[in-house]
Amino acid sequence: MKNAVGRDIPEEVLQACGKRPYAGAYARDGEAYKKAAPVVRGYVNPKRSKLVSSIREALEKCGIRDGMVLSFHHHFRDGDYVVNMVLEEAAAMGVKDITICASSLGAAHDPVADLIEQGIVTGIQSSGVRGRIGEAISHGKLKTPAIIRSHGGRVRAIEEGDVHIDIAFIGAPTSDEYGNARGVGGKSDCGVLSYSMVDAKYADHVVVITDCLVPAPNFPPSISMVDVDYVCVVDEIGNPARIVSNVVRMTKDVRELMMADYCTRIIAGSPYFKDGFSFQTGAGGASLAVNSMLRPIMEEKQIHMGFAIGGITKPICDLLEAGLVRNIVDAQDFDLGAIESIKRNPNHYEISTSEYADPMNKGAFVNQLDFVILGALEVDVDFNVNVVTGSDGIVRGAPGGHPDTSAGSNCSIIVAPLVRGRIPTICDRVVTVVTPGETVDVIVTDYGIAINPRRQDLIDAYKDSGLPLKTIEELRDIAYSIVGRPEQIQFDDQVVGIIESRDGTILDVVRKIRPYSFEE
Amino acid sequence: MEIKKAAMAGTLESSDAQVTVEPGNGTIELSIESSVIHQFGKQIKATILETLNRLDVKDAKVTVVDKGALDCTLKARVECAVYRSNDITENLPWGGVIK
Repeated sequence: MKNAVGRDIPEEVLQACGKRPYAGAYARDGEAYKKAAPVVRGYVNPKRSKLVSSIREALEKCGIRDGMVLSFHHHFRDGDYVVNMVLEEAAAMGVKDITICASSLGAAHDPVADLIEQGIVTGIQSSGVRGRIGEAISHGKLKTPAIIRSHGGRVRAIEEGDVHIDIAFIGAPTSDEYGNARGVGGKSDCGVLSYSMVDAKYADHVVVITDCLVPAPNFPPSISMVDVDYVCVVDEIGNPARIVSNVVRMTKDVRELMMADYCTRIIAGSPYFKDGFSFQTGAGGASLAVNSMLRPIMEEKQIHMGFAIGGITKPICDLLEAGLVRNIVDAQDFDLGAIESIKRNPNHYEISTSEYADPMNKGAFVNQLDFVILGALEVDVDFNVNVVTGSDGIVRGAPGGHPDTSAGSNCSIIVAPLVRGRIPTICDRVVTVVTPGETVDVIVTDYGIAINPRRQDLIDAYKDSGLPLKTIEELRDIAYSIVGRPEQIQFDDQVVGIIESRDGTILDVVRKIRPYSFEE
Repeated sequence: MEIKKAAMAGTLESSDAQVTVEPGNGTIELSIESSVIHQFGKQIKATILETLNRLDVKDAKVTVVDKGALDCTLKARVECAVYRSNDITENLPWGGVIK
């Protein structure tokens, strides 16, 4: 059955996951649902201790068994030890058929690919997949298709009960004996624990894993003791050098700087650029540069940002210090500067991922966003964006908050070079739709800027701006004139991944890759 | 042209291609490895064969390791490898068989 972005979603996939095809970005607005709830074991006896001596003891006390869903967060990014530590122990105990429900999986989690091969891990639900896990998925090694969700979509799936977490493992830089856990302090400082807040509320069992036990109360907590069953102290929960970058690189690449200049002029020339505006950047070169390019314009026009949101880096914290940004609402920290800021600056707040982006709660920050700057692997002439499958068809990316911010914001800007090597970014048809074109407003490339025809108001706003405006078809034609017209990637029929829209409908599927053949 | 000895042109840098030609067994034997094979395999093959044909190479073993080179680069690397196999490095027929 064809969905609202023109993708054919096999009937058996819809039946197997009990989902509807994507029907439009705001189709479920106002729809009622009953929230899921965890099974909770009361803690009445004051003499009992929550401390367990090992991961194994935690697993035993939580009643680990075959087929369970284990959840993790990715605040430790490439420095995370928790996922591998827990899964190795579960594997050693002979547990099979585990589904991982993670906020994201990265380069640190390559060993999980071996557990997939061995049938120990049979399901992956994540907002990001890279490295060997992505290859295992694309080669059809999982028993069930991987489910890829946005950050907001993951919270929604947990709250609506699409996925029920049996045991949540929450790596925490600091915790007290009762499980009041924080993202700051200790030796594996990650700033915030936003992604794991929903896990703590909806999992049957919650285990806090820390390498820094602190005296009670560890307040104010990101994860409250009222939701925590056990606390496990280990030697190291992560590699601090890989949890955050010391310094975020400010690009010197002239192409990126030119695209950043275009983005800055799009923002400054838009009807939404007025005092109190809100903004999310990513950690990409061009989008980071926009931060510093906006500053003189904000100073000159005396325009202050109401709030900055998202993955936080030092450049935006500098604007907070300078008084140009009034608040930072923070769901993830990318560098040391961001972590220092959340410790010191009272206007820098930790938020939950539900507050950040969940489409089915009663209102998230993304809905109040004016501007977001996002990246793309591919954008097609319908403005659909792919950030998940590579040019070889293999799963290797992360929607993260891409579909959430794009749907919520007044003006979503995608910035990407027109071609990367021989691969065109602007194309006839993206391999995988991750962010639907109806929510994408402006595409900035090094060869020109395309505005979505659905946004005639923006097209009018930049009519006399001097910006190099083109149609998306013109951008595609320039790209193809350089690199040639790409072939469609050859896939097998087997569905190995499901791209869930943030509202839980099915946006696209990923199929098993096939070795390239020169024959038709 | 005849492929008189093994010759190579190009590098393994991104956006380049390394082309090796060797004396063949009566036909064109072509092997292609490419970082963009899924989207450009057929175009790469067509460009290589067309360039060999233009140079009138009928008997060669040709190995292409492509790192996302554009067609113009692929053509240049094939032409260079073929001429090197004939020790021709000067007075090249620009605008003639070399396009």
